[in-house]
Amino acid sequence: MKQLGSQTWEYTTRPVILGASAVVGPEEGEGPLAADFDFIFDSLEMGEKTWEKAERILFEKAAQLALIDAGLDQEKLEFFVGGDLMNQIISSSFAARKLGVPYLGVFGACSTSMESLAIASMIVDSGGGSYALAGTSSHNCTVEKQFRYPTEYGSQKPPTAQYTVTGSGCAVIARNDGTGKGPFVVSATLGRIMDLGLTDPFNMGAAMAPAAADTITAHFRDTGLSPGHYDLIVTGDLASVGLPIAQALLAKEGIPMEQTTFYDCGLLVYDRDTQKYVIAGGSGCGCSAVVTYGHILRRMKRGELKRVLIVATGALMSPLSYQQGESIPCVAHAVALESGGEGL
Amino acid sequence: MPAKTKRSGVKLRLDSLTPQDYEELSKPFVPSRPVLKNCLRAFLSGGLICVLGQGIQEAFMAIFDMTSKEAASPTVAVLILISVILTSFGVYDKMAQWAGAGTAVPVTGFANSMCSAALEHRAEGLVLGVGGNMFKLAGSVLVFGAVAAFVIGVIYAVMGWGGSHPL
Repeated sequence: MKQLGSQTWEYTTRPVILGASAVVGPEEGEGPLAADFDFIFDSLEMGEKTWEKAERILFEKAAQLALIDAGLDQEKLEFFVGGDLMNQIISSSFAARKLGVPYLGVFGACSTSMESLAIASMIVDSGGGSYALAGTSSHNCTVEKQFRYPTEYGSQKPPTAQYTVTGSGCAVIARNDGTGKGPFVVSATLGRIMDLGLTDPFNMGAAMAPAAADTITAHFRDTGLSPGHYDLIVTGDLASVGLPIAQALLAKEGIPMEQTTFYDCGLLVYDRDTQKYVIAGGSGCGCSAVVTYGHILRRMKRGELKRVLIVATGALMSPLSYQQGESIPCVAHAVALESGGEGL
Repeated sequence: MPAKTKRSGVKLRLDSLTPQDYEELSKPFVPSRPVLKNCLRAFLSGGLICVLGQGIQEAFMAIFDMTSKEAASPTVAVLILISVILTSFGVYDKMAQWAGAGTAVPVTGFANSMCSAALEHRAEGLVLGVGGNMFKLAGSVLVFGAVAAFVIGVIYAVMGWGGSHPL
């Protein structure tokens, strides 16, 4: 592994995403990406008595399906890096009980998907292990309950509000055996905290946009690449409000994003025209995880995309911090993926 | 791992962005709450709930031969029951996204706040869950309702307007 510039890791061995899975709830299953998900639960309860248990089931299912997709026996798995949005990251820690491997719990709010992928790839790339699982989850109702109001409480959300994705995405990262079968994890740019004074938890897109723009700028500065290198650059959950702000910030920064397709997982996961309740779009740890491990990896395998940069964005506030009037610190972590095949 | 390479030294323009600059830059992209539309919807839906309440009260008066004062309490109870049923079936929150203050202000909103909290925290047990959280949202209505009543009471007493109930 090599450090590029100040914020980027280049994985010299190019770890492989051996298998991945995206498991979602009923609302995501009604969205435009339904065909790209490995499992769709038909109820938010998932047969459990509490929302928290339901989220755990979601996570366990995703971990199990990722191992199956990778064709890897659970005994061969060596490390698990995971996190979620719950207090004390209970969803991933409790799901880790079933895996029986050394576990690193990470928290990057909705950026956890790429944070865990970057760390798992680092473990494998540095020779610290051969197989690592990276994953994250979020559940609409656990998040509503913890960060907002009881799920059935009748409050009117503003047009900037986003809808937490019920979903979990996991990926098995393996040492590159040189057979050329991808997709490969090429590099990761770790984000700095950006806080431009926004305090409204119902406008997270605008709060997180500077973090996304900062990490994207740092990625191109550190790697010396330009946006045209990638077929697709997606942010995690900026949604309809944050994405155009990130575009404006990147334009100000002089990054020619018009060279590539620049979009957002929060806008991909739902159809905002028919699924009005999502308001500005999707959010949550599961948002970038299910879009990346479900939709984007499938497109890469089909050969539609060769190089992709995923920039997962996270708002690092707690219910306590915003009640105390604190602004929202945000972070974004980017991971570059490349599909296998010739010319590499 | 290789030694740390030197920081490339290119200062990002984002570093010099102040919260004021950012507010200015992001403002055109942030849709504001549609206040007029929300007011109109609140007026219609809140009014409709009041009409429903009036209808229930009239029914009590006609069927059970009650005075309007006697019919008031059972009317409120029926509205609370309707609200609790709609909350339990997962309908009230969806109505509220359209209606806003229209469903929040009447007694049905108060019932919804208590019922939703009770449902949500049932998983944490009856005492610490339901009991401890039921007034999580409604509690401040009670606290500030009592405070407001006290202040108004003091004003009445000081002004010598008396405290007799006009009935």
